[in-house]
Amino acid sequence: MKFVDEFRDGGLAKGLAATIAAEASPTRRYSFMEFCGGHTHAISRYGVTDLLPANVRMVHGPGCPVCVLPIGRVDMAIELALRHGVILCTYGDCLRVPASDGLSLMKAKARGGDVRMVYSSADALKVAQDNPGRQVVFFAIGFETTTPPTAVVIKQAATLGLDNFSVLCCHVLTPSAISNILESPEVRELGTVPLDGFIGPAHVSTVIGSRPYEFFAEEFRKPVVIAGFEPLDVMQAILMLVRQVNGGRAEVENEFSRAVSRDGNLKAQNLVSEIFELRREFEWRGLGLVPYSALKIRHEYERFDAETRFPLGYRSVADHKACECGAILRGVKRPQDCKLFGTVCTPENPIGSCMVSSEGACAAHYTYGRYKDAA
Amino acid sequence: MSKVRENYVRPLDLKHGRVDMTHGSGGRAMAQLIEELFGRHFDNEFLRQGNDGASLPLPAGGRLVMSCDGHVVSPLFFPGGDIGCLSVHGTINDVAVMGAQPLYLAASFILEEGFPLADLAKIVESMALAAKHAGVPVVTGDTKVVEAGKADGVFITTTGVGVVPAGVALSGDRARPGDVILLSGTIGDHGMAIMALRESLGFSAPIVSDTAALHGLIAAMLACGADIRCLRDPTRGGLATTLNEIARQSGVGMMLDEAAIPVNPEVAAACEFLGLDPLYVANEGKLIAIVADGDADKLLAAMRAHPQGARAARIGTVLSDDHHFVQMTTGFGGRRIVDWLTGEQLPRIC
Repeated sequence: MKFVDEFRDGGLAKGLAATIAAEASPTRRYSFMEFCGGHTHAISRYGVTDLLPANVRMVHGPGCPVCVLPIGRVDMAIELALRHGVILCTYGDCLRVPASDGLSLMKAKARGGDVRMVYSSADALKVAQDNPGRQVVFFAIGFETTTPPTAVVIKQAATLGLDNFSVLCCHVLTPSAISNILESPEVRELGTVPLDGFIGPAHVSTVIGSRPYEFFAEEFRKPVVIAGFEPLDVMQAILMLVRQVNGGRAEVENEFSRAVSRDGNLKAQNLVSEIFELRREFEWRGLGLVPYSALKIRHEYERFDAETRFPLGYRSVADHKACECGAILRGVKRPQDCKLFGTVCTPENPIGSCMVSSEGACAAHYTYGRYKDAA
Repeated sequence: MSKVRENYVRPLDLKHGRVDMTHGSGGRAMAQLIEELFGRHFDNEFLRQGNDGASLPLPAGGRLVMSCDGHVVSPLFFPGGDIGCLSVHGTINDVAVMGAQPLYLAASFILEEGFPLADLAKIVESMALAAKHAGVPVVTGDTKVVEAGKADGVFITTTGVGVVPAGVALSGDRARPGDVILLSGTIGDHGMAIMALRESLGFSAPIVSDTAALHGLIAAMLACGADIRCLRDPTRGGLATTLNEIARQSGVGMMLDEAAIPVNPEVAAACEFLGLDPLYVANEGKLIAIVADGDADKLLAAMRAHPQGARAARIGTVLSDDHHFVQMTTGFGGRRIVDWLTGEQLPRIC
C-alpha cells in the first residue's frame, strides 16, 4: 500500500536499529515515554522493542483517551442511554469500558439502551437528522485530534437548528497531562520514574503544532520528539531522542515534518476555541483531578451540551482496589506489575480501562507482548 | 521460568447476565458461551470434537459429517454475493473442511413481515444457483414469518451432510509441532466487502466478497496424498481466531510470518481506514491447512494448481508451546502475539 508500506519497511528498520544500538551509550540507560496510546499500540503491534538495545526502555504514557476516561463519565453516558432513553452515539472503543454496577455501554445496550457505534462525529449528527423524534447524544472523547470534528458538528447543529442533538463532552488536553506527569512526585522528587524524554503524538500536533511542547523542553529540561504513528517514525524518534540525550540537549524536534508545523492548524484551533472553553478541573483516571485539563462547551452553545440538557450529576467512582491502571498511566508501574493483569483482568473481562482500548498499555501487552513473559 | 499467568475466566452470569454482541463475534466470548452453556447441556463425544461439523459413524460403516450455519448478514446483498449464496457456501465449507464430500443441504428461512418478495426471489435464485454450481441440492426446508420489527428482513439457516471418504481423518486436534501452516489465498475480502459497503467507502473498484464453496479445492488437496492434519475455513474472527482455536484444540503453539500472508491492497487500505486488522476479518472462501512438514510442498503445489488456491502460501509453522500462543514475526522485524479476537469487531458479517 503506497504511503504506508514505506513507513513499515523491515530493511530500513534494521538499519535504524543498528544506528540506535551504535549510538546509545552502553554505560547508561535511556527511558523514554511514548505519551500516546497510538504509539503504544504501534510499538507492540510491530514489535518495535525487539529492535531496541536492552538499555533503551519505552515507558507507556497516559495518552489513551479511553484509558483516562473516569468511571463517572461512562456512568453518565449509560444513564443517558438507560434512564433518559436517548440514542447514544460513541466511538467503538468506549463500548467495553467497565463502569459502575458491572455495566458497560455494551451491556447497557443488551439491557435495551440504544447505543450506537459511530466512526465519526458526523455520523452522530446524521443519526440525529435521521431520527427527529429522538434525542441523540454524541459521547465525545479524545485529545486535541478528535476535538475539532466535535466542534464542527456542534456548529453544524446550530446552523441546522437541530434541537435533538447534544454532546457529552469529555475532550481532554495533552499538554496538561504531560505537565501533570512531570510534576508528579514519582518523577520530580522520588525519581522512581526515570524519564529522559518524550515522544509526542503527531496527530495532536497537526492541530496544536509543536509550540506547546517548548515549555516542557525548557522548564523540565526534557527532550521532546514529535513523531508519526508508523513504526519507522517511532524508531526514528527514538534515535533523535538518544542523540539529544547524548548531546545534553533538551529541545522540541519534529520527526513528522510531513504534516506538523510549529503553529499547527490555526483554523481548527479557532474553531475549537469558538465552541469550547477550559474546564476548571477534570477527573482523569490515573491522574486524578487535573486543573484546566479538559474542555467544556461554551455558554453560547450550551443547548448542545448534554450536561445542560439532561439532569445529569457527576459522581466520582473509585477504581477496583487492586487495579493499577492509575500507576500504569503515570508510568510508575508496568502492566505485568499489576496483580490482576492476565488473571481476572483480561481484554474479555477488563477490570481497568487500560485493558480495554487497543491503545491501552495492558491490552497492548496482553494482546501482543505476553510471549516475553514466557521467556 | 514462565511468568505467563493462567487466565481466570469469570463464569457466565446465567442468572442476571444478558446476551451481548460479543457472544456472536466468533471470539473468546462466543467460545465461552458455547462451552459453558451449549457444551455443558448437550455434552456428547461428537460435540466435544470441537470442529466445524460433527463426524458421525454410519451404521453401515464409514462416517457422516453434519454441520449447520445461521446467516444474519447485513446488508443482504453485497459485491460478490448475497445472503442466499453465502448460506449455501458457508455450510458446504463447514462440511468439506471435515474432509467430507458434501451431499445435501436443508434450508430454514425466518422472514420478516413486509419483506419485498422481489428481494426474496433474488435471494432464493442465488441460493439455487450456488447449490447447482456446487452440485449439492437443497432437499428440505422450513419457512417461518415473524411480525415486522421482530427480525431484519431474512435470516437463513442451512444444514449440510456429507460422507467422509475412507482413509480421511481431519480434525483440529491433530496439529503437531513441526507441521506447516498453509493458507489458500488472500484474507479479509468478505468482511471488508461488507464493511466498505456499510461505511460507504467509495473505492473506485469495490472490494468483492470471496464467498465460494471450497469442496472442489479440498477434493484436489485430498487427492494429492499429503498427510493433512486439519482444514478449517477462517470465517468470523478471521485467520487469527481460527488459528488460536486449532492451537488450543491441539495443545500446540504457532509462529506465523506476517510478510507471507497475502492481503489484497484494497482490503489492506480499507482496514487501514477503519482501524481493523485483516487477521481478524472474516473470510468466506478461504481455508487453512495444517500439513506434515514433509508434505507441505506437495500440498501447496496441489492448492496452487486449483483456481481457488492460486495465491496459496506457506504462512507459518506449528511449535511446541504450553501456552498455546500463536505468534508472528512482523514484517517490520519484531515479534508479537496474534491473540483471539476480543469483543466484537464487525457485527453481522455472515
